[in-house]
Amino acid sequence: MAVELDVFVGNTIIMSEEVYQLWLDGYTVNDAVKVRMEGGVLDEFDAKADVVLSDTMDQYRTFQMCERLLHSPTKLANQLLFQIPPHRQATLIERYYAFDDVFVREVLGKKLSKGTKKDLDDISAKTGVMLKSCRRQFDNFKRVFKVVEELKGPLVENIRQHFLLSDKLARDYAAIVFFANNRFETGKRKLQYLTFQDLAFCAGQLINNWTVGAVDNMVEDMDVDLDKEFLQELKELKVLITDKDLLDQHKSLVCTALRGKTKAFNEMEANFKNLSRGLVNIATKLTNTKDVRDFFIDLVEKFIEPCRSDHWTAADMKLYLTHYTNSAHILDTFKHQVVWDRYMGVIKSCIFKMYHD
Amino acid sequence: MPGKLKAKIVAGRHLPVMDRASDLTDAFVEVKFGNTTFKTDVYPKSLNPQWNSEWFKFEVDDEDLQDEPLQITVLDHDTYSANDAIGKVYIDIDPLLYSEAASVISGWFPIYDTIHGIRGEINVLVKVELFNDLNRFRQSSCGVKFFCTTSIPKGYRAAIVHGFVEELVVNEDPEYQWIDRIRTPRASNEARQRLIFLMSGELQRKIGLKVLEMGGNAVVGYLQCFDLEGESGLVVRAIGTACTLEKLSSGSGTHTHPNTAPASNACNSPSKDGKEPVFGEDLPSSSGPSTPFRALPTSSSSPPPFSPSKPCSRQSSSSDTDLSLTPKTGMGSGSMGKDAGPLKTLLRQQTQTALEQREFPFFTLTSFPSGFLLHVGGVVSARSVKLLDRIHNPDEPETRDAWWEEIRQEIKSHAKALGCHAVVGYSESTSICEEVCILSASGTAAILNPRYMREGCLDLGGSDQRFEDPSPSSCGFCHIPYDELNMPFPAQLTYCFHCRRQKVPDVLFTTIDLPSDAAIAGKGCFIQARLCRLKKKGQGEANATAISNQLPFMEYELHTQLMNKLKLRSMNALFGLSIQISVGENMLLGLASATGVYLTALPAPGGIQIAGKTPGDLNTEQHILNIQKRINDTIAKNKEFYEVNPPDLTEEVVGSPIPEPRLRSRLFRSHSESSDELSELDLSHGKKDAFVLEVDDTDAVEDIQSLLTDASPPKGFYSCNTETMPGIYNWTSALQMFTSVRVLRLSNANLSNQALNKVFTDLCENLLKSFYFKLRSMIPCCLSHLVFSVAVPEEDLIQVAVTAVAMTFDKDQTQDKPAEKPITKGCSEAEDQLQFSLELCTDSSSINSQSSSKNSGVPESSHLSTRDRCSTWLELLRLKAHTIRRGSVKTSRRTQSLAHSVSSLEHSSPLTDGRSRSLRSSRSFGGSSVSVVKMTPLSFLPGTRIVKYVGIINMFFIRETTSLREEGGVSGFLHSFVAEVFAMVRAHVAALGGNAVVSYSMKDCVLMENPNKNQCQCLINVSGDAVIYIRETDQEVTGSTANIRLSCTSSADGAT
Repeated sequence: MAVELDVFVGNTIIMSEEVYQLWLDGYTVNDAVKVRMEGGVLDEFDAKADVVLSDTMDQYRTFQMCERLLHSPTKLANQLLFQIPPHRQATLIERYYAFDDVFVREVLGKKLSKGTKKDLDDISAKTGVMLKSCRRQFDNFKRVFKVVEELKGPLVENIRQHFLLSDKLARDYAAIVFFANNRFETGKRKLQYLTFQDLAFCAGQLINNWTVGAVDNMVEDMDVDLDKEFLQELKELKVLITDKDLLDQHKSLVCTALRGKTKAFNEMEANFKNLSRGLVNIATKLTNTKDVRDFFIDLVEKFIEPCRSDHWTAADMKLYLTHYTNSAHILDTFKHQVVWDRYMGVIKSCIFKMYHD
Repeated sequence: MPGKLKAKIVAGRHLPVMDRASDLTDAFVEVKFGNTTFKTDVYPKSLNPQWNSEWFKFEVDDEDLQDEPLQITVLDHDTYSANDAIGKVYIDIDPLLYSEAASVISGWFPIYDTIHGIRGEINVLVKVELFNDLNRFRQSSCGVKFFCTTSIPKGYRAAIVHGFVEELVVNEDPEYQWIDRIRTPRASNEARQRLIFLMSGELQRKIGLKVLEMGGNAVVGYLQCFDLEGESGLVVRAIGTACTLEKLSSGSGTHTHPNTAPASNACNSPSKDGKEPVFGEDLPSSSGPSTPFRALPTSSSSPPPFSPSKPCSRQSSSSDTDLSLTPKTGMGSGSMGKDAGPLKTLLRQQTQTALEQREFPFFTLTSFPSGFLLHVGGVVSARSVKLLDRIHNPDEPETRDAWWEEIRQEIKSHAKALGCHAVVGYSESTSICEEVCILSASGTAAILNPRYMREGCLDLGGSDQRFEDPSPSSCGFCHIPYDELNMPFPAQLTYCFHCRRQKVPDVLFTTIDLPSDAAIAGKGCFIQARLCRLKKKGQGEANATAISNQLPFMEYELHTQLMNKLKLRSMNALFGLSIQISVGENMLLGLASATGVYLTALPAPGGIQIAGKTPGDLNTEQHILNIQKRINDTIAKNKEFYEVNPPDLTEEVVGSPIPEPRLRSRLFRSHSESSDELSELDLSHGKKDAFVLEVDDTDAVEDIQSLLTDASPPKGFYSCNTETMPGIYNWTSALQMFTSVRVLRLSNANLSNQALNKVFTDLCENLLKSFYFKLRSMIPCCLSHLVFSVAVPEEDLIQVAVTAVAMTFDKDQTQDKPAEKPITKGCSEAEDQLQFSLELCTDSSSINSQSSSKNSGVPESSHLSTRDRCSTWLELLRLKAHTIRRGSVKTSRRTQSLAHSVSSLEHSSPLTDGRSRSLRSSRSFGGSSVSVVKMTPLSFLPGTRIVKYVGIINMFFIRETTSLREEGGVSGFLHSFVAEVFAMVRAHVAALGGNAVVSYSMKDCVLMENPNKNQCQCLINVSGDAVIYIRETDQEVTGSTANIRLSCTSSADGAT
């Protein structure tokens, strides 16, 4: 008595978000049935395993047929094959493009190439995200990357329009694209403590302030490539550490402002030159692609780690960086205020975000 | 040259990549009608071509307009080799030929290929200009409207119901032509699709001609089917009910297009040269001797009314082969009406003479205007087994015509035997296996009100009133139409529990919907009897005889099952009964579906009593006691579940006359399998007679077990197979139409009949369970119009296909007692007509008077008076919305949110203004986003009003694959095919300007698989009525009309 064929098709798409999630997570039909049965579908509704199986199969088939459309979400709105209410369309898309932070953390900054795709089973084993789900997420990154690569205009906006994603998700994708494009190193052990959200925030800062798009919003790749002119100008900041007077003047200004306001004052004073050198060196080296890739590792090694070993609190950090940035304005021989602000603005917010355990 | 067809190809989108090198396509389009073909330019290197072609004009006869579909083929241009076809679109021009339907077809159609499925979409504009044609010998019947709906369409009134129309056309099946050996599957499929399109066009035209001849202007309850006879041909046949429909508003809809109006007017007016059949203008005088039934042209003599061996008690049925080995049990006992009151006799004669003039007084309608149906006799059915290889002249329709004629005659005589002059809820079907074909017809014998057969009949309050049967409408239809002293079958009669004046049977089976004014208790319930019988493989006559011999036994068993299940639910009437018998090589399947209900006019059903054959055996007795207890528990549980709490009539029952002993004994005989033993049993179990089941062998035990295995639906779910669920009146607007198909392969082990039965029963039960599970988010919800169709596609395979709709309702109000029902229900029906007229015509006074006269039967007082004061329809709607909201806050809230979602979809996608900017590039080819098209097998959409019927949808598709595994096996293949069929139906409806399909049905789903060759082929035939609906509450009305307008203008924009 074998069921040879079993289909159930509704005029309006029939789906349960639970099953969709199981499908997205890469569960096989049988595993999904098991999960559903354990999850209590059985209790709340007198359903036997075969009923749940049949339902799961129908939905899996529907999702498989939808998958092609989900690859270009704008088609989902004007395709005729499925009648999907708008809120369902939004859910389908948003969930399809959602990703696991643990997974994305692994591929962040890597080249979205076949080579990386081959390593997905290792990543799957490491993160516990099923291989099928890893593949979907990876392909999503790649697809978004490919589409926005050739587009003019703001990155986040482009992603949102072409993939009909929520603002939050579009920003995350922008970060992923940005990281992949600039190949930032994120995999080093020292960076492991950073979450995807930390890095995505930093990427957002970089996109908004350091890219070509920050000054001109109608060029290709405006949000993906860093502003070359700006990077060139950053070299001028070197005076802050090469000019002995300037460095001392800067230090005294900062120390005056900080004195008595923090317990870590002594460490700050002692480390000032070191830290300042670290930050300015990062700035001046950014014209090298290699050094751009090491941006985050440099931030951690040259600044965050020393501070952490001195037991600065987050508030200390905030205080220090605020005064460090502002004091530079008072230096009369320092002429590069605009570049300085553009640089330090991003550095400040990145470090705030990254300064945690 | 009476017509000019114009087509314009606007654009394509989402085309498949045809050139691997460039990943693009060089598409162009061929537009073909009849033998004329036009081509667009090639639009190079694009998946979203913008042809924006000129208007292609075809000058054609209107005959061709009706027969031919417009055929659009999208191809990929190839310089060096043959052009590759991408796919096709067939567009039925018919809806453009009526005055009131669509005026333009415009929209995105899926490009369909029989091998690859949907491959992109194409935007097309089609118009028709009709010219006056006064040729009375014309072959066309433009302007006759067709409706699948089996009731008078909303917004119309039936001026005259003319009666039965049928037609049948035959052609050679392209799949079986010699050329099929050398052509590709695609070419063969396309030849078949095109042929069926042509044939159904021809069929519709021919039926239209008959309707014009009768003086009608529409066909209601149009039922078209095709029979794949294989070698002997392909038959497309249709039946329907010819009517003269009048639109309820004086100024016909605002939607009519000025272009087509004058032309179609000419077309629409039926031949005025006085050929209209006049039914009994002089009827009242024809009160001659009661010989209402003239000698029948059938061979059947008249033996005693009903041979006692005849198994079915409420069903007069027969089956025979064309071999006619056994003499038919004739039903034509000419006696009737002798004892009835003179008024009744007069009435009958009058109607009879009216109906007598028709060859077949059949009506495919299942629900009727109130007052139309006077009495219902019971179900009549006839089946006949034929051999297809015996057709002398397979290309001609004569033989098949004769077969059906024979069956219809039989039905007619069965109806007469029940003292009825008409058959309502009539339908026909076939089941074919190799060369054997079972033809079946069934309906409900009834007596109709003669007023409706004549011109101007619906103007109530006229002189006709005096012939009105005195029985109230809530129970009148239950009263027996036959003579109680000369009953066609044994039945227990009692005085009607409502009016106490007329006799009623104890149980009533019908194929129609529950009349809206019938008094019931509790809710209805889906009841199904399933049966599977093994059959020896055979050939030719021997096979046909074997099948034909089995049929009566199957019908008997199905009937017994139905009766038991009905009692188990303590109900006393079945509506919408349909019995399907399917033949396979080695088995016969029987499936009877109906909706059970408790009619308060009929006596309460007795219980079921189990009797053992071998008293003394303690084990058995204990066993029997257990079963009895379980049965009693089930009955009690069901009573509670379906809220069957009839008014307690105990005391009055004592007063009502108990039928004569003679009748009593007959009753027992009719119900029981072995009458002799029964008389020994004490049947006076409690105050009611119990239905006795005997446990004499294992089979019987199995039967009883299976009786009890039918699980009642889970809490919050109800189901029925009729239009409306008896006992639920407050629908909310959420609805989900679905199609489900399941095929079961029987393991090779030789199964017994019993085991096979169990397998089949489980298959059906599991399907239902799985529906409940899938749709659980809609609770409280009712599965309406559950239509099961079974087939035996090949040996050891059982296929069940179901189409139904799940509708939500407001739980809080379901507790409403039936007492309130006539008000809500009756009013809503009256309002349907009334409001519509008001809405489209600001000059309301004349209509008001017209409608108030029309509604004289309905409680209307307060509603009407307030309405009179309304100056604008908007105000009226607001008023109505108000009352609705007062009634159920929950309802209105829900519908609002739904309306909201609809309108937000109209805004294309959940985009903010900022975002739409960039989407414009993608939208330039996409046009506006897809509008929502609702689909339902019912004739109405809850919470809405149908304002216009834009055309009949009748589509046929073939899909084939040679890569079955790659498409996800048979399930994957069929899943996408069904989804594609839905998509194509929706697209066609949207192109006609409609936003819903009502009375949708999947007529056929023929699946042929060959997994070894990795192949599969499937044929699907669907039909329905495309409509425009608007929401009932004010705000929603403005919202959705705006939607309609929006979609109209957007499509027009696309055109220019």
